[in-house]
Amino acid sequence: MSIELSNIGKLFGDVKAVDNVSFSVKEGELIALLGPSGGGKTTVLRMIAGLEMPTSGEIRIQGKRVNDLSVQQRNIGFVFQNYALFKTMSVYKNIAFGLKIKKWPRHEIEQRVSELVELLELKGLEKRYPHQLSGGQRQRVAIARALAPKPGVLLLDEPFGAVDAKIRQELREWLVRLHHDLNVTTLFVTHDQEEAMEVADRIVIIGRGKLEQIGSPQEVYEHPNNEFVARFIGVMNVLELEVQNGTGRTGGLEFPMSNVPDGPARIGFRPYAVQVSNDLQQYRYNAMLRRTYFLGVMLRLELELPSGLTVRARITKEDYSRLGLEDGRQVSFQIKQYRLLAREGMPMGQEMPVKYDLPPVIADNI
Amino acid sequence: MTGKKQNRKKSQRGSEEGTLTKWILTGIALTFVTLFLLLPLINVFAQAFRNGFKFYIESLSDPDTLAAIKLTLLVAVITVPLNLVFGVAASWAIAKFNFPGKPFLITLIDLPFAVSPVVAGLMFVVLFGRSGYFGEWLDQRDITIIFAVPGIVLATLFVTFPFVARELIPVMQATGTEQEQAALTLGASGWQTFWYVTLPSVKWGLLYGVILCNARAMGEFGAVSVVSGHITGMTDTIPLRVEKLYHGASTASGVAAFAVASLLAILALLTLLIKTWMEWRTERAHAAAQSSTT
Repeated sequence: MSIELSNIGKLFGDVKAVDNVSFSVKEGELIALLGPSGGGKTTVLRMIAGLEMPTSGEIRIQGKRVNDLSVQQRNIGFVFQNYALFKTMSVYKNIAFGLKIKKWPRHEIEQRVSELVELLELKGLEKRYPHQLSGGQRQRVAIARALAPKPGVLLLDEPFGAVDAKIRQELREWLVRLHHDLNVTTLFVTHDQEEAMEVADRIVIIGRGKLEQIGSPQEVYEHPNNEFVARFIGVMNVLELEVQNGTGRTGGLEFPMSNVPDGPARIGFRPYAVQVSNDLQQYRYNAMLRRTYFLGVMLRLELELPSGLTVRARITKEDYSRLGLEDGRQVSFQIKQYRLLAREGMPMGQEMPVKYDLPPVIADNI
Repeated sequence: MTGKKQNRKKSQRGSEEGTLTKWILTGIALTFVTLFLLLPLINVFAQAFRNGFKFYIESLSDPDTLAAIKLTLLVAVITVPLNLVFGVAASWAIAKFNFPGKPFLITLIDLPFAVSPVVAGLMFVVLFGRSGYFGEWLDQRDITIIFAVPGIVLATLFVTFPFVARELIPVMQATGTEQEQAALTLGASGWQTFWYVTLPSVKWGLLYGVILCNARAMGEFGAVSVVSGHITGMTDTIPLRVEKLYHGASTASGVAAFAVASLLAILALLTLLIKTWMEWRTERAHAAAQSSTT
């Protein structure tokens, strides 16, 4: 294990910023710490680095307990959210700083810096100062500086937060490639679920100071532990139902609920569980296509039922044009499967298929 | 082509004043600078050289004047480093840490600005003077502070206390702590972080603070006047010497006063020159780095 956290807690005054968090990271893994702003994920990262001290619990890096080790002794590389480049030093001196401190011989420093300059495509910029660089270049200098002393662990705090969308995409690919080439254990903090899904081997989801779930992008998306995770990762339709005699109803929709006691209940389903057709007879419910959102290959549809209830569906571009859909059209739809939601933070129920009599499936598995 | 021109006009409209306003504002500023800064400065030198260059040198090499110059340099050499260390420590503490009593410390640093220098001088007389609180105790041990060099150093220290700290606090606060944390993660010790990261990033503020502190240390009149006792050749600093010469009986003495005063003016010009030169050098280094692109 490269990094192990056991029962880590952090109090700021009376506020529990981090509450009993445990997880471990394998050697060479690329991990995202994902969660909403103020959820405690940056605090976790800073505690691993030694920039914050945990109030309780134990942190191990490469098998060694580091609670009492200072930042300097932990052999970590840290990339700050705003890069924190040394403003009075050139790019070269920034990258060489850690090596100079560790008293590397001069020619080895030169060699290592030019290696990193090559790797991060910073050639020709060595003499420049941070304020003469673009956002993406600064980010790469910060990564090069952190990597120079060959840290055992690379930690990045919101690494792509401060650059524009196009460069963010470039940097994501950078990080994946870099991680592939160097194979250094890497943890990065992000509040962007898409970024976490795209880049990380595994995702650690932290909300309100607690560890909500840890797993591969596919696992957390398809088998969320609880409603918090389900709603944070991807889009989810959440409906409040009134259950009576084994059937839950709301706004004209009906769900079979044989084992649920009468009274209020909540269910959730992913947009991909909604099947849509232009044939008004094909599926059970009718609705108006209120709006279409273009998300690249996929489109998200907002369907409005006669009762005013809104359901979000997902569909491929091909299906969209094949069905001849456009905003304002009447469509029919059905919901393939859903989950019963417990209260927030509680484990979620199994996904339940909904049995319909109508057999054909047009837009399945999107 | 015309479109471009119109665009340029439009884009400047928001920030551009009418020509008249521009000239009036520039005129006022220039008049003010000329009347209150440039003319007096020129006058100091004009008066100093009124009896010729030889007389100028002679008035400066007068033994009592030389003693005053020496004393002033001694006071500056003691007070500036002390206030430099204190200023860096205080601004570091204020900008980087939170502790109870921080607003109180900030107010305390400003105290010498708020107190009249004469009152500051009297304060030391009341404390350390012959009939002061510690007067008897000091007298028994044969330590003289008031009407002697230690008193002058103390009074100057007090008056120049805020300069370095005041210049550094905003600079340090603006820089924040992230660069220092970055240095720590790269293995630097606290001292290395301070030396390689903190100090270079506040270099200009520090230099400016030291220049102001030095200028004040050499130029202070009020507080020093109260504690010095005006013993010619012993406890006269340059400003006190200037005053004494100026009030001297002969016209020659008046001219000598200006000659000595010109020393202080030269000091001021020199420090400004050094500062400008250093700024110019960094700028050139940055420009060179900018142009060295592949």
